Amino acid sequence: MPPIPIATDADAATPLLSVRDLRVSFFLDEGVVRAVDGVSFDVSAGQVVGIVGESGCGKSVTMKAILQIVEEPGRITAGRILFRRRRGPGVPGDEPVDLARLHPRGAAMRAIRGAQIALIPQEPMAAFSPVHTVGDQIVEAIMLHARQWRPEGPALRRAEARRISVDLLRDVGIAMPEQRVDAYSWQLSGGLRQRAMIAMALSCKPRLLIADEPNTAIDVTKQAQVLSLLRELQRRHRTAIVFITHDLGVIAQIAQHVIVMYLGRVMETGPVDDIFHAPKHPYTRALLRSIPTLRVTPRAKLPIISGSLPHPLNRPTGCPFHPRCDVVLPEVCASRVPSLQPVGERQSASCFLHHAVEDTT
Amino acid sequence: MIRPPPADTDPPLLEVRRLRKLFPIHKGFARRVVGHIRAVDDVSFVIREGETLGLVGESGCGKTTTARCVLRAMTPTSGEILFRTRDGRRLDLAPLSRSELRPLRPEMQMIFQDPFGSLNPRMTLFDNVGEPLLVNGLRNRRERTERVAELLRLVGLRAEFMHRFPHAFSGGQRQRIGIARALATHPRLVVADEPVSALDVSVQAQVLNLLLELQERLHLTYLFVAHDLSVVKHISDRVAVMYVGQLVETATTAEIFSRPRHPYTAALLRAVPVPDPRVPSGDAILKGDVASPADPPPGCYFHPRCHFAVERCWTDAPALREIAPNHFARCHLADELTLEGVSADHGT
Repeated sequence: MPPIPIATDADAATPLLSVRDLRVSFFLDEGVVRAVDGVSFDVSAGQVVGIVGESGCGKSVTMKAILQIVEEPGRITAGRILFRRRRGPGVPGDEPVDLARLHPRGAAMRAIRGAQIALIPQEPMAAFSPVHTVGDQIVEAIMLHARQWRPEGPALRRAEARRISVDLLRDVGIAMPEQRVDAYSWQLSGGLRQRAMIAMALSCKPRLLIADEPNTAIDVTKQAQVLSLLRELQRRHRTAIVFITHDLGVIAQIAQHVIVMYLGRVMETGPVDDIFHAPKHPYTRALLRSIPTLRVTPRAKLPIISGSLPHPLNRPTGCPFHPRCDVVLPEVCASRVPSLQPVGERQSASCFLHHAVEDTT
Repeated sequence: MIRPPPADTDPPLLEVRRLRKLFPIHKGFARRVVGHIRAVDDVSFVIREGETLGLVGESGCGKTTTARCVLRAMTPTSGEILFRTRDGRRLDLAPLSRSELRPLRPEMQMIFQDPFGSLNPRMTLFDNVGEPLLVNGLRNRRERTERVAELLRLVGLRAEFMHRFPHAFSGGQRQRIGIARALATHPRLVVADEPVSALDVSVQAQVLNLLLELQERLHLTYLFVAHDLSVVKHISDRVAVMYVGQLVETATTAEIFSRPRHPYTAALLRAVPVPDPRVPSGDAILKGDVASPADPPPGCYFHPRCHFAVERCWTDAPALREIAPNHFARCHLADELTLEGVSADHGT
């Protein structure tokens, strides 16, 4: 493989990605859906952050906002998305750029999207074009961001890009990559397609990889293969990964740091061990209690979270979780919105149980 | 435990014997049959009255096809489906015609996976839930209204909801509506095909608890098809594991999870990511893909992915045999291997 600029962890103190008070709304005829409602979090270089939440919690929209691919009628209405981009021609590099300010179709955003921040989409099965070979699609991605591979000197040639593609396919554990590179996606089995998708996401050595529910609708055995592949690639390339899922088991097994979201807000965040063994927010606690695990006694009743997820246009006032919360403070929780505040040394939670009402605005 | 599991001596409600379902593969202009997909290949099991049998396996293993054959939503290629009817007769459903099946239909019902696709969006809850009643001869509208109200209350919904349309309800509520509809005709056997896999995490437990409660109250028998082993463990008395159209292991839930006897079951258990960062799990020890049911490998179907495969696994197909009392496995080495299971107190 030709020498490539690798993400430097030079300034580890500054996070690679820093999201601050991000708000994304969808302006529908029926009303405004606040899909992401003031979300803040950091991702350090080489860190695996898991975002966990149920449908409508805003986890996927947050990621779309980072990539600036929020569909109409959605719009980023406030907040900052600071990303430390890699040095390049005309880019001093390593100083944070606010992605929320960049034009979604502008050159600056295009140089980042796919190259420095890559996405493994929700349905890798549908993400490949069926009329081009897998290799051609990876080559296209590499050629598009050729400058990432060779910032100076002559332009990358197609033959070289093809060689890189073969190496990438080998790297993700695809046997006989020289032949597979010329296959169409529908000629590959589900497992291989998933690996090819990961190879494509990694094709430009991204600093940040976003995996948006790559494990939904696949079998537990395939899911385990994807998890161990991502774990191994992460160890080898030190890529930061934001892993989005609703599966707490997957989060426990892959993430170092966890963000728990509910109805567009961060409920709790902290190191994975603390989230699972000392959860602070009632939602996290209830969620962990209610999931069936392999350790349950057969046919024993599970503790449940009462009620159901509110309709997005009918958000509860105050804390979004208060109608379903078992330790709700009657006067406070329905009228005031708790902000995310530190609880203990490593965790933060948005809950009035942990900080006084006066602290919030 | 809510109630003791049914004893082995209880008469079976359903007995499936050597069930087989082949789908022809056509090729060319003349649509010549060039082979068969062996979706269900010689499957036998028993479900006792009031019991839950969990049927698990990877996608494409034939678990849904098995469930559909049992309900006779499909006609099996061969085999017997012996069902004990309400009046005590033991009938083989497999050769029955549509009209012969008709009077038996109320006794067997299905709960579907997708709560969004399985309810008619143009029909109110009254019509959705009441249709099986109408079809089965309950013409009187007032009686039907009463029964629908009773069913809705049974699944934890308010009776006033019956004049609303499905779109007004969340996924979990819709699944409750689907359950109410399945229960309308007082079924004895309920086939649930992945009933919670499309639901949100916080709602799954509600629906699982509801299914357990209803089983106890109405003395229902469940055939529960799922790919999620945690969910299956939560609801089943016994578990059957399928691989490429065949059963590879059956045992009681406690037994199969703590002492699996087939390498495939053990590998499935290890692949489940445990929601506890201190318990390493989610291991990808199963490499490669499931064998094709159109062209299964010789010998044991699992041998290309098996870590323990010896020479005879390549050539001799193992039979499903009893390894321990009521514990069956389809493996030549089942007596010799010590496979790791999941213990109930693991890590707590």
